[in-house]
Amino acid sequence: MAAATAMRFGQLSSGSDMAPDWTTKEVSTGTTIMAVEYDGGVVIGADSRTTTGAYIANRVTDKLTPIHDRIFCCRSGSAADTQAIADVVTYQLGFHSIELDEAPLVQTAANLFKASCYRYREELMAGIIVAGWDKRRGGQVYTVPVGGMLVRQPVSVGGSGSTYIYGYMDSNYKPNMTKDQCLRLVSGALSLAMERDGSSGGVVRLAAISETGVDRQVILGNQLPKWSTIYLTIYPTVCLKDWRSTLLSKGLEIYPTVCLKDWRYTLLSV
Amino acid sequence: MCLQESLSNVSLYLMCLYLHFTHRYYVSSKTINKLIQVHDRIFCCIAGSLADAQAVTKAAKFQISFHSIQMESPPLVKAAASVLKELCYNNKEELQAGFITAGWDRKKGPQVYTVALGGMLLSQPFTIGGSGSTYIYGYADAKYKPDMSREECLQFATNALALAMGRDNVSGGVAHLVVITEEGVEHVVIPGDKLPKFHDE
Repeated sequence: MAAATAMRFGQLSSGSDMAPDWTTKEVSTGTTIMAVEYDGGVVIGADSRTTTGAYIANRVTDKLTPIHDRIFCCRSGSAADTQAIADVVTYQLGFHSIELDEAPLVQTAANLFKASCYRYREELMAGIIVAGWDKRRGGQVYTVPVGGMLVRQPVSVGGSGSTYIYGYMDSNYKPNMTKDQCLRLVSGALSLAMERDGSSGGVVRLAAISETGVDRQVILGNQLPKWSTIYLTIYPTVCLKDWRSTLLSKGLEIYPTVCLKDWRYTLLSV
Repeated sequence: MCLQESLSNVSLYLMCLYLHFTHRYYVSSKTINKLIQVHDRIFCCIAGSLADAQAVTKAAKFQISFHSIQMESPPLVKAAASVLKELCYNNKEELQAGFITAGWDRKKGPQVYTVALGGMLLSQPFTIGGSGSTYIYGYADAKYKPDMSREECLQFATNALALAMGRDNVSGGVAHLVVITEEGVEHVVIPGDKLPKFHDE
């Protein structure tokens, strides 16, 4: 259906610049995803924007996909590719877990992702972060970027918005953080990336995975932490001396207002 | 990157750049100074093709000093930035260089202007630029607040540069910082091994 629509739009003009992006571009989770290990589990987070070119196909996407009870993956790149890979790995891991008759290891899930991503690296465009908890090694984060590398990291960011938060992550991450510190780090970093990256936005989805289970939360746009980008600039203006009489002579009314003493400071620190 | 704090009584701000001049993936020099002085209290940070940037700043320096002689007063920072913008915009097909113009003048005090690749001119309280700047957008947004003191500014800039140099392969070497105030100009140089270290180093 998309192809038929594209053809119809194509007939409108010879150039492709007349046809809107969403008729021709692939659906992409250009995105920001992040995962952090803490003692006893992991915290993972993602934004919620899926784009086809300049159109936001889904503004409340869930990019945190469960692969098993205590293992999740964060998806970035082509939406179709990552969904297909996640489905394949979910099946493979489920089968493996039944054979083993116990919960699978996070490392196993990560290796299954790597196997698919590496074997079909020419066809795929998928950057995935695998994170979860298992009995043997506790909370773990493995990153499988485009190309099919596999590496374990204490903290990992991915997606198009990740470039903007490398500095923030490097300066704010410390080893041995608590779960709440991790949640604050992830939500702070994601909101900064969403602020700067056009392909990331919407809400912040968080999940904390530990031995006791998975605790999911959503932080809506207006509840996100606010940063310096919202500071107002106050321009000094010329103050007309008899402004009251000037306004009154023009027939405008003046309502008495409370004068906030440190209004400049207040506005700047809002 | 460029920072400006506009405290009403202390007029100062800061320009600093990490330096690494590379052609493709060969590091031609580790000690280039990318802060060019175009007038007594106006500096220019350069990014992009160094040849283009040097040619443009040379022409701009001449035009700005000529303008300042004609006006018989030190040039406004906005005028200097505007000169650069004209050069960048009128030659946008050939040039591949971005600039941050910053300085102090008597009319508006400390100011920061960014002249982007195609010739856009924008005034901002603070700005970052260059290839390594993408990695510190989040950090800069989080840590910047208006009305910082001189020491806070210096610390902020140094930290941001160190983080960017840690992630960007074509940034590194020595960090140059310039503090411009009404009184004068101060040049601070921090070699790579003296930069702040973060958890993964």
